[in-house]
Amino acid sequence: MRRSPATAPTIARLIDAFHRLPGIGPKSAQRLAYHVLRAPRSEAEDLAAALLDVKNSTKLCQICQNITDADPCELCLDPQRTVATICVVEEPLDVAAIERAGVHRGRYHVLHGAISPMDGVGPDDLRVRELLSRLGDPEVEEVILAMNPNLEGEATAGYLSRVIATMGVRITRIAHGLPVGADVEYADERTLRAALTHRVDVEPEQNSDGS
Amino acid sequence: MPRVRPMRTEAIVLRQRPLGDADRICVLFAPLHGRIEAVAKGVRKPLSKVSGHVAPLSRGTFGIAPGRSLDIITEAQTLDAWPSLHDDINRMTEALAIAELVDRSTDLDIAARPLYRLLHQSLDALASTPSPASIRWWFTLRFLDQQGYRPELEACVRCRAVLEPDGNGFAATEGGVVCPRCRSGGLGQPLSAPAFRLLRYMRRSSCEATAQVNVDAATAAEIERHLRLSVEQALDTRLRSRDFADDLARAETLGKRATNAASSGNGQREDQHRATV
Ligand SMILES: [Zn+2]
Ligand SMILES: [Zn+2]
Repeated sequence: MRRSPATAPTIARLIDAFHRLPGIGPKSAQRLAYHVLRAPRSEAEDLAAALLDVKNSTKLCQICQNITDADPCELCLDPQRTVATICVVEEPLDVAAIERAGVHRGRYHVLHGAISPMDGVGPDDLRVRELLSRLGDPEVEEVILAMNPNLEGEATAGYLSRVIATMGVRITRIAHGLPVGADVEYADERTLRAALTHRVDVEPEQNSDGS
Repeated sequence: MPRVRPMRTEAIVLRQRPLGDADRICVLFAPLHGRIEAVAKGVRKPLSKVSGHVAPLSRGTFGIAPGRSLDIITEAQTLDAWPSLHDDINRMTEALAIAELVDRSTDLDIAARPLYRLLHQSLDALASTPSPASIRWWFTLRFLDQQGYRPELEACVRCRAVLEPDGNGFAATEGGVVCPRCRSGGLGQPLSAPAFRLLRYMRRSSCEATAQVNVDAATAAEIERHLRLSVEQALDTRLRSRDFADDLARAETLGKRATNAASSGNGQREDQHRATV
């Protein structure tokens, strides 16, 4: 980034650091840096402490491989969640997204990536072995593959299905179809095929007064 | 290097990689432009209008406009989605291997009509054939030919002797088959009569005819070895997508081994973790 010599090196360093964050352009980096500069000292200390804590105290849960402060993580320790169903996702953020939907009441497994054959990312680069050792537990009945509906996700799901097929565990994949708010007109062929193949019956309307 | 004016072209999507939070860089392959790299904006958000139309291993028409630093895909309409190349992991693996060859062999913005036609025909055939591997071999023979590395299958590459069906070798470094006499000097790897016959058959036959041939496992492994060496020799690189093919071949064994490990008591039990806390 080009900068005038009028910018003090310490500020320039902070701007550079912000600029390296995903989604932060040079303008935003500058704005953030000057915000920190003008903010009370305590705010800067909080930020610095939070940044260091996230590096110092987070680790991977030995069971589900999600990022956690405590190992095993809260989700793996929750007695309300069934051991019988494991939802396999690509990234820690996917766990948070599925949790927000509030439907899945089982466990998770985070792969930390997806297979990308053309980029040389294979199963050994992901947390696959950890998943397989969990599936040895006779209580596990179903694995839900919740990969992204793109080529890497499909390669990952295809590979895992083949490995798990020999293990006597039910394998399901989350359904693909039209996202809420999308237009049928703009949907691509494969999305429409998936949406039509996995169509559901419309329940007859229930009259609220029971008549 | 962004282009000067917008254009529309038919193209096959070879691959994608993420760019920033929401965008992807797509590598397209077009008959008159060869390899094109262009950004599909917002495709990782669910409501993007181009999102489903820029999937790798699909064919479509694309509007491409110059952007500030990279070309931008402004519109996309699928012509062939080839669903079976995505739903069937075997077909996908073969299709990716073909796409990788095209991706690695071509430069940006160079007309490549014959290679485009070959790629289109091969992906079409892969999408419907019962024997995806033979389509890739069929493609690879023609690909090598187009790249100027046509494997010699008629006369010994060393001494030009006419080849008998038996006792030959295949020397990727020399560019084809060597006769028993030249092979006795330790040149190349053994080439069985069935593998030699199949190579010659694939060279002169259509991909539909090639797909009909029944190939036993030993011959398949041999063809695989010879063609892999030839391609790596021609492109001077290791092919990544073949590693995945190897992983896939080992998948069932891996699953069985995990089951055995569990039954012999090495498997983790989720409730044990719970009990020890
Ligand atoms: Zn956990
Ligand atoms: Zn010879």
